[in-house]
Amino acid sequence: MSDWVEACAAGDIDEEDVMRFDHGGRTFAIYRSPDDEYFATDGLCTHEKVHLADGLVMDDIIECPKHNGRFNYKTGAARGAPVCVNIKTYPVKVDAGKVLVQIG
Amino acid sequence: MTAAPSRRDYSLIGRDARLAVENGLSAAEWYHTDIPRKQIKELMQRSDGPAIRDTAIWLAALAISGAGGAWFWGSWWCVPFFFAYGVLYGSSTDSRWHECGHGTAFRTQWMNDAVYQVACFMIMRNPVTWRWSHTRHHTDTIIVGRDPEISVMRPPDLVRLVLGFVGVLDAWHAMSDMLRNAAGNISAAEKTFIPEQEQQKAIRIARIWTAIYAATIALALYTGSFLPLMLVGLPRLYGAWHHVMVGLLQHGGLAENVTDHRLNSRTVYMNPISRFIYWNMNYHVEHHMFPMVPYHALPRLHALIKHDLPAPTRSILAGYREMIPVFRRQLRNEDYFLKRELPPTARPYREEFHNDAVATAAE
Repeated sequence: MSDWVEACAAGDIDEEDVMRFDHGGRTFAIYRSPDDEYFATDGLCTHEKVHLADGLVMDDIIECPKHNGRFNYKTGAARGAPVCVNIKTYPVKVDAGKVLVQIG
Repeated sequence: MTAAPSRRDYSLIGRDARLAVENGLSAAEWYHTDIPRKQIKELMQRSDGPAIRDTAIWLAALAISGAGGAWFWGSWWCVPFFFAYGVLYGSSTDSRWHECGHGTAFRTQWMNDAVYQVACFMIMRNPVTWRWSHTRHHTDTIIVGRDPEISVMRPPDLVRLVLGFVGVLDAWHAMSDMLRNAAGNISAAEKTFIPEQEQQKAIRIARIWTAIYAATIALALYTGSFLPLMLVGLPRLYGAWHHVMVGLLQHGGLAENVTDHRLNSRTVYMNPISRFIYWNMNYHVEHHMFPMVPYHALPRLHALIKHDLPAPTRSILAGYREMIPVFRRQLRNEDYFLKRELPPTARPYREEFHNDAVATAAE
């Protein structure tokens, strides 16, 4: 099992928002839900490789900024065209005010 | 006016389609004005309120004008009612289809989907096919061979353009496509942008629509009256003029094969009625640059980034005054186009984003 990687401070992300996190040549999207939970997915949309961190978080949904494709960022499920392929999610925990992502 | 044969290949499965992919013009990185995250996030916020209000007004106006047209059918008094009904049916649906297809009009997704389906039927655009064609339009805006929604190809076919104002060719193609899809046939071009798992949905919708039009025609024959067709189908022709009038301004006469929406799209100031019909898509550079921003927030987006954009065209008339001479000149030289000028406050064009077409632009 891979180590937990520090992505950012918990306060770096507004509620119901997302930020980009790059690590080891890969890019991720870190989410803070409206009920103050944290989640992580791959950073690029499965449709056309656009950074989801430039998109809009609404409840459980991240909407891609390029074509408005939607994912449930908690489960990774594709939720609206033109997105057809689910996105990979990663375990997240908050420890001592830091957001940690378990990158597989 | 007859144009010389084009050197461009606009086919989605032709030479220029292949070249666009090879040259990196397809699915390229596009220019965006820098906006702080806090501000763009605020502009992207969804709300049901404005679209519910505007949809209620739209549906009420459709019902009243349609009822008025039917009531006065047979007298000249029906003309103003059908004039309004036609625009609400055959033009307003262009923007409703578009905005709800993006999923930005309403916050509640089923509301977007419901208006999308109704608007698609009225504007005669298969909701599956056009969702995917519009996705491509945003990926490869006015990239020759890649964008399925280039409305004015070079050299421009002026007869086709004029016929577009009465929807004749659009409706003909829409009906042909509908019947072809209803027969279970997805064309080679459609297959380039509709994923395989979606194609069956396009066929199912086409079959439902064919049944509705067949029922309307049967009703017209049974009653011996054109009235059913004046209410369903024909408004796509007699009411198309407004959406064509404003739609041609989106990209007409501007650059092709560039990856900067400031070069290939046009923002036009319009009167409030046209903006209601068009749902603010006159802010077209802004829409392409930030398609997540709902129509009702586009004026605020425009105010925020206009320092980085070419000066907006002052009116619809001004737009045609700059566009028509370009079309006429393209009949003699299809490489000619209008290169947009940026204000001194703008970040310059990144020429490395563009292909050789920019270098040969006519000033």
